[in-house]
Amino acid sequence: MSRSLLRFGWVRQVVLAVFFIAVALYFIIPLYATFRFSLQAKRGELGFTAYANVLQASDFAESFSLSLQTALLTILVSTLLIVPTAYWVQLKIPRARSLIEFFTLLPFVIPAVVLVFGLIRAYNGTGLTDSSRGIYTLMVGAYVTLSFPYVYRSVDNGLQSIKVRTLTEAAQSLGAGWFTILSRVIFPNVWVSIINGAFITFAIVMGEFTIASLLSQPTFGPYLYQLNSSKVYEPSALSLLSLGLTWLCIALIQLLGRRSGQSRTTVF
Amino acid sequence: MGAGMAGLTTIEVSKAEAPPSLRRRFGLWWSWNWLGLLPFVLFIIAFQLMPALSIVVKSFQDLNGNFTLENVNSLNDPLILGAYWSSIKLSFLTALGGAFIGFFVAWGVTSGYFPKWIRSAILSFSGVASNFGGVPLAFAFVATIGQTGILTVALKSIGINLYPDFRLYSFNGLVIVYIYFQIPLMVLIMAPAFEGLRKEWSEASENLGASRFQYWRYVALPILFPSIAGTFALLFGNAFGAQATAFALIGGGGQYSVITLLVGSQFSSDTFNNPGIGNSLALGMIVVMVVTIFIYSFFRRMSSRWLKVGGE
Repeated sequence: MSRSLLRFGWVRQVVLAVFFIAVALYFIIPLYATFRFSLQAKRGELGFTAYANVLQASDFAESFSLSLQTALLTILVSTLLIVPTAYWVQLKIPRARSLIEFFTLLPFVIPAVVLVFGLIRAYNGTGLTDSSRGIYTLMVGAYVTLSFPYVYRSVDNGLQSIKVRTLTEAAQSLGAGWFTILSRVIFPNVWVSIINGAFITFAIVMGEFTIASLLSQPTFGPYLYQLNSSKVYEPSALSLLSLGLTWLCIALIQLLGRRSGQSRTTVF
Repeated sequence: MGAGMAGLTTIEVSKAEAPPSLRRRFGLWWSWNWLGLLPFVLFIIAFQLMPALSIVVKSFQDLNGNFTLENVNSLNDPLILGAYWSSIKLSFLTALGGAFIGFFVAWGVTSGYFPKWIRSAILSFSGVASNFGGVPLAFAFVATIGQTGILTVALKSIGINLYPDFRLYSFNGLVIVYIYFQIPLMVLIMAPAFEGLRKEWSEASENLGASRFQYWRYVALPILFPSIAGTFALLFGNAFGAQATAFALIGGGGQYSVITLLVGSQFSSDTFNNPGIGNSLALGMIVVMVVTIFIYSFFRRMSSRWLKVGGE
C-alpha cells in the first residue's frame, strides 16, 4: 500500500482521502441512523424494545413465512427449469446459448411494475387472475423470471467448469437414462452454482415489494411498508433485520465460492 | 404447385453456385434437440413475452378491440410527459453520480490504494448494498434525513436547519437515495474491468516515456470506456425501472411523480378516464428500456474485445 501511495503527490492524496471518507460516511450514516432510530422505541432510553415488538407480532410471522415459502418455491422452480436447460444447451445446441442468454436478460428490459401490469392485463378473466391461487401463481412465475439472470449465469459458469460431455458419455455407457444423468451426475456436480443462485434469489424474493404489493399479496415487503403507517421505530428495526438477511445470503455465497475455489460471482 | 416444382428444379441445377436456400439453411439450423428447451421457452413466453405482447397490442386497441392511436396520443399530457421527464432526469443524474463515484471506488479497490481487508469489505458490502433497494432503503433515509431523522436532529443542534428548504419526498431526495444502490452496482461491474487492465500496458507506456496522465488518457481510459458507457446504461435502466423506493418515499399519489408510480397507480384507480392509457404508459417504459439495453449490449460487445468483464 505505502509503495503505491508514493506515486501520488500529497495534495492528490488529501483529495482522495477526503473523497473516500465522504463516500464511506454516505454509506455508513444511514445504516447507523436506522440502527439508532430503532433503539428509541421506549421513551427516554435506548433498547431493543422495537425488535421485541416486531418479532412478537403475529402478522410479522405470517408475512415472513409467506415470503419464505414463496422464495423456496421460486428457487425450486427456477433450478428445475434452468439446470436441465443450461445442460442441454451446452451438450447439444451450443448455438442456442446467446438466445437463452437474451431470454434470461429480459427481466432487465421489462421492469417489475410493467411486468405485473402486463400479466394482469394478459390473463384478465382467466383462472390466473380470478382466484387467489391463480394470483399467487402469477407472483411466483414473475419471481422465477426475475431469478433467471442470476441462476442461469451461475449454473452456466458451473457447467463450464466440469466436463459435461465426458460425464454424460460415461454415465450413458453405464446405462444411465437422462433422468439419472441429470439427478445423479449433473445436479451433484453443479450444486455450488445452484446454491449460489439460490441465495441471490432468496435475497431478492424476501425483500421484493413492487410485484407483491401490486398483486395484493401479504408478503414481507408490503408488510414492512404498511407497518410504517402505524409504527414509528419498528419499521427501522425490521429494515435492519431485512438488510441483515441479505447480508447473510451474500456472505454465504462468498464463503461457498471461496471453499469451492470458484471465482466470485458478479451480479452481471 | 407447378411453379413451386419448377423452382425446385432450377435450384437443383444451380446448386453449386447458389447460396443455400432458406429451407436448406433452416435444415442446417434446426435439430430436434431444440425441443429440449421447450419448458424454459414456454415459461418465458407465459411470464415475459405474453405480458409484454399484451401491452404492445393493447396500446393500439380501444375497448372493443379496434385499432386506435388514441392511447398513444393521450400520452401527450403535461402530467404524463412530466413523469417521463422526471424519471429520465432522475435515472440520468443518478447513473452519472453513481458511475462517477463508483469508478473511483472501483479503482481504489483494484489498484492497491486500500489495504486488503478494506478491499474485500467494500466488495462484499457492494454486493449487499446493490440489492438493498426498495422499502428498507427508503426507511433508512427517513431515519437519517427525514423530519425527525438522526442526522437532521444532529445538524439542528449545531445550528444547521435542513428543513423546510430540503424535502426527502422530492426529486432531490430521490437522487440522494437512489445513488445508494447505484454506486455499489458500478463498483461490482467496474472492479473486474479494472482487473482486466494488464500490468504490461502500464509498464509499456512507462517505458515509452508516458506520464501517468498520458497512460490514463491514451491507454487505460480508452480501454475502459466501453465498460463505463455500458455500465452507465445499466445504471440508467436500474433507476428507470425502480418503483419500490420511490413508492415508499412518495406514495402512490402526490403532486410529484415518476413514471413507475404512474404505471403502478393505473392498477387501482383510473386517473385519466381511459383504461387503455395504462398500456401505452407501460409501452413507453418498455421502449426506453429497450433502447437502454441495446446501448448496454453494444458497449458490452465492444468491451469484450479488450477485457473479460462480468465474471465470464
